[in-house]
Amino acid sequence: MIEFSNYDILRNLLFATQWTILLSLAAFIGGTTVALTLTAMRLTRNPAMQRIVKVYVELFQGTPLLMQMFLCFFGLSMLGYEISAWGAAILSLTFFTSAFLVEIWRGCIDTLPKGQWEASRCLGLSFLQTLRHIILPQAIRVATAPTVGFSVQVIKGTALASVIGFVELTKVGTMLNNATFEPFKIFTLVALIYFMLCYPLSLYSKHLEKKFNVSR
Amino acid sequence: MSLVNLHQVHKYYGDHHVLKGIDLDIKAGEVVSIIGKSGSGKSTLLRCINGLEQYQEGGITVDGKEVTTEDIQVRRLALSVGMIFQNFNLFPHMTVGENVMLAPTIVLKKSKAEAEATARAMLEKVGLAEKFDSFPEKLSGGQQQRVAIARALAMSPKVLLCDEITSALDPELVGEVLKVLEQLAKEGITLVLVTHEMNFARDVGSRVVFMHQGKVWEQGDSKTILSNPQTDELKQFMGAVL
Ligand SMILES: Nc1ncnc2c1ncn2[C@@H]1O[C@H](COP(=O)(O)OP(=O)(O)O)[C@@H](O)[C@H]1O
Ligand SMILES: [Mg+2]
Repeated sequence: MIEFSNYDILRNLLFATQWTILLSLAAFIGGTTVALTLTAMRLTRNPAMQRIVKVYVELFQGTPLLMQMFLCFFGLSMLGYEISAWGAAILSLTFFTSAFLVEIWRGCIDTLPKGQWEASRCLGLSFLQTLRHIILPQAIRVATAPTVGFSVQVIKGTALASVIGFVELTKVGTMLNNATFEPFKIFTLVALIYFMLCYPLSLYSKHLEKKFNVSR
Repeated sequence: MSLVNLHQVHKYYGDHHVLKGIDLDIKAGEVVSIIGKSGSGKSTLLRCINGLEQYQEGGITVDGKEVTTEDIQVRRLALSVGMIFQNFNLFPHMTVGENVMLAPTIVLKKSKAEAEATARAMLEKVGLAEKFDSFPEKLSGGQQQRVAIARALAMSPKVLLCDEITSALDPELVGEVLKVLEQLAKEGITLVLVTHEMNFARDVGSRVVFMHQGKVWEQGDSKTILSNPQTDELKQFMGAVL
């Protein structure tokens, strides 16, 4: 058996943390992009478009993220599409993130008075112009705090990628545990690292929320 | 020639028959006051004229062109019809100047300098030139409503629709908004306003349209009709308002 000093353990965990951060970022960027598209589709008031968004949201909110990851990873390869653990993790986390962001943003957009749409329409602004100049600037202010808050869920969600063999923080923790049989020490460290990633985001989200409430 | 024409317009919200065959003809330069009880369909009528609501039967034309709720149509319509709302609907994230400049810039594609000149002129007209860089939330209700008027005027509409635009204001702020409207009327702009201000309707308005249960119940020259109402419903309504 290989000996792992505390230094080795920490070094390995911190190295793996990079992958957790990278995966979180990728999922967040992917999720935001898809959620923006879905939000625009929902706002068109086209029934078919709205239906698609509704089904999408229900599908990905109504099933466990782990199953989505399994399906992306094993399912796609069974269908003949070779997909890496990295690719499957990003794909499923993007589905997961976007499905929740669409709903969060829907709430934010719906809090804006209907009069903002009507005034824009009466001034001759097109749908996209209204979105860009009137709705989004106001909605973004409201949506920032809950969106940052949700990013914590994305980070924690990346831990599931360990199950399909993607080597990130949780996976390295498991591997180190198998090698050292020191679960308490190792998983405490792993949890601590997640906490250090998530806590500042939670704090920042709370801070934004307060700032927004005061300025209203 | 008529600027706004409604011919046998029917409007339903689901099963609810809200406009029951409206005929109305408004010529350029007229100041038409629409009065009537709450729920009689006044707002719905205005909202059909500018394409915010769909009507099911009949026809509406503005400046000879048919009104529909198709996006393209509404946008073209916006070039001739301005709308002022009861609760202002200013854009809170933009300064007063930006509020007024927005549509001329992105809809009429005016240059920034040109749009700014227009905006300053319109704010001057409503007596708010010095508020160009303020945010709406810093203004009183009366000032906000005047900004909304300036914003609509910046699109040089042929007709301005006003839906109870002084109803949300503290009583002492009503006068400043009515004064602006009176000035506009003098300049010859066509106004269609839903209002409870009977003095304004009589003194500034050219015509009064009394709506009752989704119909034009009685209409005529403002001074005549208000001093000598014909139908019991109008008499009763005026008794309640005065
Ligand atoms: N969006 C709507 N959906 C359903 N019913 C409506 C809607 N807007 C107005 N109504 C109904 O239509 C009728 C006329 O309303 P409205 O035009 O607002 O009257 P007014 O402006 O004269 O008070 C009312 O009975 C009202 O309840
Ligand atoms: Mg009304």
